[in-house]
Amino acid sequence: MADQSIPIGGSLDAAPRERERLPLLDRLHEWVVTVDHKRLGILYVLYALFFLVVAGAEALSMRVQLAVPNNHFLPPEIYDQFFTMHGTTMVFLVGMPILFGIANYIVPLQIGARDMAFPRLNAFSFWLTAFGGILLYWSYIGGFGLYGMGNAPDVGWWAYAPLSTKPFSIGPTVDYWALALIVSGFGTLGTAINIVATTLSMRCKGMTLLRMPLFVWLMLVVSALTLITITPLTAAQVMLLLDRNLGAHFFDAQAGGSALLWIHFFWIFGHPEVYVLVLPVFGIASEIIPVFSRKAIFGYPAMVAASVGIAFVSLGVWAHHMFTVGMSSVGNTFFVLSTMMVGIPTGIKIFNWLATIWGGKVRFQTPMLFCVAFLFQFLIAGLTGIMLSVAPWDWQLHNSYFVIAHFHYVLVGAIIFNIFAAVYYWFPKVTGKMLSETLGKWHFWLFLIGFHLTFDTMHFVGILGMPRSIYTYEANRGWGTLNFIISVGAFIQGIAVLIFLWNVIVSLRKGKEAGNDPWDAWTLEWATPSPPPAYNFASDPVVHSRRPLWDIKHPDDPDWKYES
Amino acid sequence: MIREHVPHAARLSFLLILTAAFAAPSAWADLPQQTPSIFAPASAPASSIFGLSIFTLAITGGIFVVVGGLLAFAIIRYRERANDDTSEPPQIYGSMQVELAWTVIPILIVVVLFLTTARIIFAIQDAPQPKDALDVTVIGHQFWWEFRYPKLGIVTANELHVPVSTARDPEPTYLHLLSADVDHSFWVPQLAGKTDLIPNHPNETWIEPTHTGLYYGQCAQFCGVEHAKMLLRVYVDTPAQFAAWVKDQQQAGAEEPQVAAGREIFETHACANCHAIKGTGALGTFGPDLTHLASRDTIAAGAANNTPQELFNWIKNPDSIKPGCLMPSMQLSDNDIHELVAYLETLH
Repeated sequence: MADQSIPIGGSLDAAPRERERLPLLDRLHEWVVTVDHKRLGILYVLYALFFLVVAGAEALSMRVQLAVPNNHFLPPEIYDQFFTMHGTTMVFLVGMPILFGIANYIVPLQIGARDMAFPRLNAFSFWLTAFGGILLYWSYIGGFGLYGMGNAPDVGWWAYAPLSTKPFSIGPTVDYWALALIVSGFGTLGTAINIVATTLSMRCKGMTLLRMPLFVWLMLVVSALTLITITPLTAAQVMLLLDRNLGAHFFDAQAGGSALLWIHFFWIFGHPEVYVLVLPVFGIASEIIPVFSRKAIFGYPAMVAASVGIAFVSLGVWAHHMFTVGMSSVGNTFFVLSTMMVGIPTGIKIFNWLATIWGGKVRFQTPMLFCVAFLFQFLIAGLTGIMLSVAPWDWQLHNSYFVIAHFHYVLVGAIIFNIFAAVYYWFPKVTGKMLSETLGKWHFWLFLIGFHLTFDTMHFVGILGMPRSIYTYEANRGWGTLNFIISVGAFIQGIAVLIFLWNVIVSLRKGKEAGNDPWDAWTLEWATPSPPPAYNFASDPVVHSRRPLWDIKHPDDPDWKYES
Repeated sequence: MIREHVPHAARLSFLLILTAAFAAPSAWADLPQQTPSIFAPASAPASSIFGLSIFTLAITGGIFVVVGGLLAFAIIRYRERANDDTSEPPQIYGSMQVELAWTVIPILIVVVLFLTTARIIFAIQDAPQPKDALDVTVIGHQFWWEFRYPKLGIVTANELHVPVSTARDPEPTYLHLLSADVDHSFWVPQLAGKTDLIPNHPNETWIEPTHTGLYYGQCAQFCGVEHAKMLLRVYVDTPAQFAAWVKDQQQAGAEEPQVAAGREIFETHACANCHAIKGTGALGTFGPDLTHLASRDTIAAGAANNTPQELFNWIKNPDSIKPGCLMPSMQLSDNDIHELVAYLETLH
């Protein structure tokens, strides 16, 4: 057991030969035809960051419009397009690609593999996803042909039928929406299959399932969940396209179709989708919090069980988005119970992170700052989720700004915060350069202040009765001041993101050299050079515990003595 | 029917904290300032929901204080200090007993919260309709509300009148919710939670207002371009006021000879295709019934006050008030519109 199979630090003689510098066109060509999981991971992340800026700009425009009552900054048609595109973009073109991109890069490294199981499928999936995003935004240009430049889907990212059917949404914009998501959905399915196959069959010697890093575990769970959850959306969108273009009547209430059917289909996809986005960031937090607390993760088996449990329960809670559609009292009660049950494994996760910090030596570098903020914000998001699961209260809160506040607490307060943490954490591995800590702290504190100004305030304006999806409101409702604060916070977040992008550019050019293992971490990706060579590991690693690098750094007190 | 009494003081303090502190000065001076806060209930289902929400807030607030406090303590107490040595802290891998404890406690909390919630769900949703309850059929349209009182023979729009309910004389109103086109949602926060209006899927809800007054609401399910201006008003009247309103609404449209020109314009132009005025040839049903238009405070589903000037602007170019609404500009001359407004102003 005690023989050291993995070289650490600079001892690995795997530094790639200095490559000759190719002309620009050849280098671009290399990126387009690449099947390397690391390059595809970088492409995913860059693609997602681009759309993060686009969808962020859409959000800021909406916040200008809502900053004061009765404003005329955006006409209603444009406002409706912006909130539809903002939601669709953030979920499908930012959230999923950036998380699958990080997984693409990190998962093979963490399990000691040289690539994903299906490298060509990997490339195919990325380009499908990328094409889907371009198709969605092409609707701005080609929505009505040249006569209708500037049209885009305007039915909400939930696209409830019959509003999204032909009589109420003429022109092809909704067709763009459905087709684009079907295309990018196939890309997502390809990646999900790939991750499942990779984690199940590409692990290095000694890495049993219960020795996989938690990030890998979470990506396995998420990928399995993705395979289940994308399908109903694709089915519903195919039905919608049939309704719109071939005269079918799935959702046409006047011809005996059902408007309710769409709502069910959408949320059978839509609720697990939230977990597809949030579970990977649980994995990210479970990597970063132990390293920066200098302790092993507390209750690893419980964390794995809770993750699988959340994924499983998440498949049975969709109708808590539908407490107001007029279900029976028994139906409502069932979904109250199933929804509240999600709180139990989620609570276990929060408690285990807390116990990991407890008794540690916490280092507040930028990745950990984002993770600590995540813990508090996710606690609040979970508790407002419990409030929304109380169906009678949900009859009040549903479709109000309280709901917007709740899910942005999850999507921004938990997911985006942890994605930033992940970027600060793994950027040194990917580029060989450290991100600037000074700029990182500016980014963190500004983003934190902006986030709380915006989304804390949204809870209150929701309680005061402001519904979502409205492009303007009357002055006498008492929502004006709060909305102004929300808008100010949004712009502070925008500035923070610009600082982050600036940090990336500056650090790429002049950042401190990272070395192989800048955080003194314990998982396999830190045993390779930064950036890793195309083949990742010169020799196949062998591991004996969940923290192979800990074992090597502490030969007198290795993990495998204690892990059951 | 449940009547959980919320202490007036608690309600008042929430109002003070949440509304008065943040209230923006009103720009439209002729509209009364009123925030439709869900924490200022004035009707039976809204008040029992308010009670449940305070209970839930207390539980979740307690959890937040405990867990948030522990988190804050942990990151402060266990931060790395400048004079720390470089040794790693003791490694602790987990504990079955501790895991069990923090699994069981949340389960107990969930059980309590679930049972409380279930009780309120059944009490609100399965409340039997009393025989003498007022029935109103609410039909959602892009982008306005149609209200029909089948037992009273009244058809009106956007401004719902209901009687106040007292302990001595309970008078709940049962709302039957239909949609003529896409999904909408009926939401007057101070009276009840929202219920959706879904085509071909009739729904029902009820209110039992305990305080008279005007309550604001609006469509709460995105229904198209003018969703934001699909506003809703509920007037909770005293029994006498309500009886008088019913009597007025049951009359046919007023006929005054000095506005015959306007009436002729209405009946001979496309107005009559979409709007009805009882007692005339206008029988359209696509738009709001205008038989008693002048008795309403607002036009265009609350988008503008019902004044001759606003009515003129609305008829001349509806898009100037509500861009994207389904009422077209009829391209009438200004003179014709003045005649038309003069006629509509008589429809009390």
